[in-house]
Amino acid sequence: MDDPFALLFPTAAATLRVATPLILAAMGGLFSERSGIIDVGLEGKMLMAAFFAAAVAAVTHSAWWGVAAAIAAAEVMALLHGLACITYRGNQVVSGVAINIIAAGLTIVWGNAWFQRGGQTPALDARSERLLPLFFPNAGDNILVYAALLSVPLTWWIVSRTRFGLRLRAVGEVPLAVDTAGISVPWLRYRAVLICGLFTGLAGAYIAIAQNAGFSRDMTAGQGFIALAAVIFGKWRPFPALGACLMFGLLDAVAIRLQGVRVPGVGEVPVQLIQALPYLLTVFLLAGFIGRAVAPKAIGQPYEKEH
Amino acid sequence: MTAAIALEGIDKSFGSVHAVRGVSLAIEKGAITGIIGENGAGKSTLMSILYGLYHADAGTIRVDGQPVRMDSPHAAIAHGIGMVHQHFMLIDGFTVLENVVLGAEGGPLLAGGLAAARAELERLERDYGLAVDPDARVADLSVGEQQRVEILKVLFRGARILILDEPSAVLTPQETDRLFRILATLKARGVTIVLITHKLREIMAATDRVYVMRQGRMVAERATPDTDAEELAELMVGRKVRLQLEKAPPRRGEVRLEAGHLGLVDARGVRLLDDVSLELRAGEIVGIAGVSGNGQTELLQVLAGIRPPSTGTLTVCGRTIDARHPGDPAEMRDLGLAHVPEDRLRQGMVAAFRASETAILGYHEQPQFNRRFLLSVPAVGAHCARLMERFDVRPQVPGLRSSSFSGGNQQKLVLAREMAQEPKVLLVGQPTRGVDIGAIEFIHRELVRSRDAGCAVLAVSVELDEILSLADRILVMFAGRIVGEVEGGADERTLGLMMAGAKAAPALSGAEG
Amino acid sequence: MRNPRRPLPAWADIVLLPLINIALAFVTVSIIVRINGVDPFHALRLLVVGALGSPESIGYTLYYATNFIFTGLAVAVAFHGGLFNIGGEGQAYIGGLGCGLAILALDRYLPAWAMIPIAILAAALFGAAWAAVPAWLQAWRGSHIVITTIMFNFVAAALMVYLMVNVLIAPGSMTPQSRNFEPSSFLPAMQGNALNLSLGLALVCCLAVWIFLWRTPWGYALRTMGHNPEAAVYAGTDLRRMTMVAMGISGGLAGFVGVNELMGVHHRIVLDFPAGYGFAGIAVALMGRNHPLGIALAALLFGILQQGGAELAFEIPTITREMVVVIQGLVILFSGALVQLPRPWLQMLFALRRPS
Repeated sequence: MDDPFALLFPTAAATLRVATPLILAAMGGLFSERSGIIDVGLEGKMLMAAFFAAAVAAVTHSAWWGVAAAIAAAEVMALLHGLACITYRGNQVVSGVAINIIAAGLTIVWGNAWFQRGGQTPALDARSERLLPLFFPNAGDNILVYAALLSVPLTWWIVSRTRFGLRLRAVGEVPLAVDTAGISVPWLRYRAVLICGLFTGLAGAYIAIAQNAGFSRDMTAGQGFIALAAVIFGKWRPFPALGACLMFGLLDAVAIRLQGVRVPGVGEVPVQLIQALPYLLTVFLLAGFIGRAVAPKAIGQPYEKEH
Repeated sequence: MTAAIALEGIDKSFGSVHAVRGVSLAIEKGAITGIIGENGAGKSTLMSILYGLYHADAGTIRVDGQPVRMDSPHAAIAHGIGMVHQHFMLIDGFTVLENVVLGAEGGPLLAGGLAAARAELERLERDYGLAVDPDARVADLSVGEQQRVEILKVLFRGARILILDEPSAVLTPQETDRLFRILATLKARGVTIVLITHKLREIMAATDRVYVMRQGRMVAERATPDTDAEELAELMVGRKVRLQLEKAPPRRGEVRLEAGHLGLVDARGVRLLDDVSLELRAGEIVGIAGVSGNGQTELLQVLAGIRPPSTGTLTVCGRTIDARHPGDPAEMRDLGLAHVPEDRLRQGMVAAFRASETAILGYHEQPQFNRRFLLSVPAVGAHCARLMERFDVRPQVPGLRSSSFSGGNQQKLVLAREMAQEPKVLLVGQPTRGVDIGAIEFIHRELVRSRDAGCAVLAVSVELDEILSLADRILVMFAGRIVGEVEGGADERTLGLMMAGAKAAPALSGAEG
Repeated sequence: MRNPRRPLPAWADIVLLPLINIALAFVTVSIIVRINGVDPFHALRLLVVGALGSPESIGYTLYYATNFIFTGLAVAVAFHGGLFNIGGEGQAYIGGLGCGLAILALDRYLPAWAMIPIAILAAALFGAAWAAVPAWLQAWRGSHIVITTIMFNFVAAALMVYLMVNVLIAPGSMTPQSRNFEPSSFLPAMQGNALNLSLGLALVCCLAVWIFLWRTPWGYALRTMGHNPEAAVYAGTDLRRMTMVAMGISGGLAGFVGVNELMGVHHRIVLDFPAGYGFAGIAVALMGRNHPLGIALAALLFGILQQGGAELAFEIPTITREMVVVIQGLVILFSGALVQLPRPWLQMLFALRRPS
């Protein structure tokens, strides 16, 4: 550790690289959860999006078609979630779990059927089939990184400053109040779920065609759940959720550098402990040991009108 | 003059429950119209139909003489109808302003709409005296203020007809007074008001005309000055054929249950029970009369050990319970206290269980049903069959799902379960709610038989007739307190007035407008 | 809006609706298979032969089914208490750790008759403890059990990696796995096959769970809590304690996956042995209608799919064994989240049959 400044930029860049999909997925999850729809299926949507991004980019030789395909794939899964949770008033957690499992299986089944590489997609050509850094060639600052950073103020603005945002916040708290105000609860929630699909699509595309050069099995590796944890940790608000994503990203970036390093006074910090920290912190938060995270009141409850 | 709203032949059923039966009424423009009736009489359902929350199975709704379709709240709002619900439709975390504009934001961006709403709120405040800080969070407001926000919401949408569903249910007397002053002002400015309540006092003080509902029917219509509280009380409760129940005078024994100054305060600080003292002796039936929602439910919960009292003490068969030494239902059962809950479906049984399983709820750990560690299915089945036989539960099939039985048979099963224990104390909530005539008689006779066998029985009922024919002594509850005690067979009018709080409650001031 | 026109007859609700849901899942799968250019019926034939065509394949089928029974029962017990345990994965992992630790500590000193029961007990206790923490957090601290159990899956995985890499790794080993167990801890197994005595344990668990839920006062109280918490309070049940009991039993059952995998097959502690069985348990429980008999049958079906799917993947290169994962997901979707999907259609059909 000779020069602290020489370390700062790479660490910051690494943090941002890791945090980008988390931020995108977290903003998506935030929309869904603020509307009252639990989304444990962020992971599955991202995975599906990552697969289609890589597959379509490889076939069309265009990163942009890859991004479009990723969004489309995530939206299909989001619609499925909406259908189950909103129209058929099914259990939201069950639906999310189903989406995760279906995505885990289907990406490999299709990947294998189409490319015969054990579930992987062909390595993408760096120039046309991947999203490239815009300003700093070594920092990985591709367009989706900036999109992620922009998505946070945008989310904040939509949620707190627009009619849609007001209604979104309302429907997650007291859907009956929204209904009696003459606003359609299902349509509002469908829009929230579709926005979530858009964001998770971008997150998946980032992982497959920006951060990596192709799809490999289970490549989201729990990032969807970390994003969910960040939503909770940020108490369902955009900027605190961004903070949580950056913190989790930093932990990850540091974990790699701390491997085998002895911290004075502590000894060697197990990498796994740092990896588990996002989950542990979220559990502590939920249990009220560090502050209080209060979920939107109507979360997880299907809205049922008596007739 | 055409009525502001006319309902004609409105009919509505939920599954097998016929909630509203062919109701017609006319609401006069610029007046306050009251709809009175007991809980479950169909008032709220009727108003929900008017507001487009429910769809009537039959009937016509006219606004200003024109037939209209109310298929959603949106339609109702468009016709100038606004509703203040009993349970506020407010979002706690929102500011007053945000709550008011929800659904009427005036554009995709909030800023403009909020500014316009702020100006409109100031005008409403000037015109109607409805002062609420627009930037306060609803969660920080008192209940009375929250209700004002609800009224503001409705007025902000330009409503000319205001429906209030049990507006005073959650208010203190002072807040209630203030509400009625506001209503008087609104009326003076030409707003049509419909007031739904079960409180006679409010009807007499605030309305110009009153409709009385009972069991889904509109049973009477009066101009308020031409009637009085006594008449309305009778109409509300109904003059059913007095069930002749033959019973000997009670032979009272020792005190089995004693409540001393019980108080119960909920998490929001609302006082549900206030200084309730009572004594229950072996061999007597004590009836608790009162309009529902005056603390009877909570009293039963405390007596049964389900909720610990906030203050005061409760002694059951020698065991004393207070806030620091709470009891629990299992312990109370062991002491010999049995409890037939008010709401059998929600508390007294498990709809998805077989009848035989429901027949041991609360007693499932008793040795008679267990062989070593295992529940004995034959013993449970035989027990249920015995109960069904003795209480004439039909069909006599212990294996049938509990939800498949009719209300009367469910009630007989629950009652049988509790009485089979030969308890020292029996608490019965609404002994015959939703039960057919034949079963009512049977249940009453069984309760008296139990009393004669030396059991101390406490019966809570909103049915005045039931209390009058069943009880040896009657305690009347109002606003969480016991406001009076009369002997069994007392006259209905005294009791009715006590129940309506007309005797004990402070006079309403300033509501004449 | 969806009017509950007229309720379906009971038999349609109990039998027909679930069957239609499962059928929908399999129809969807065959469409996916079709997209991959394979005749679904041909694939089905290969799959059945691959799973049941020889004693050896039947052995593997039953070995997979064993794991599915454990995790399916785990989900079902919690579910009967009104709790959704999606932490089966982590509980299986930690259960395996418990059984492995007991064996590593004692296998050189104890004979098989003492070692095996102790190790099985350790698996149950560790699995139960891992489930008890989320249960405690829900009962006393009000945190949502679904989120906590998800998070605990990841914590369990991180913990196991740490332990395997840093603590339990066999001296001189390159891969993160413990030393080999002594034979005193081996469960009797079919010659040259993964099927072992854990299947017996699984069947005993089925029976025990059935007895517990439907033949003991505690199971009665647990089911009351699941159906109607208010009635459970009325009946004198302490909901907090019962939450702990339900999750403890659930976690213990999930922990038995470790017995099947480590004591029956690997004979050492390895990484990643729960391999999705915890999540698959949700599908098994949903398909088995949360009844031990149904779960045993559903587990057998999933065992057939798992084993047959592997053989199928071997025969047809365009199909991989992950097809089974897709089926699991679809079963969860159709019999869980979309249960109500066929109801309006069915109601319409029944209304046609008996015009009112």
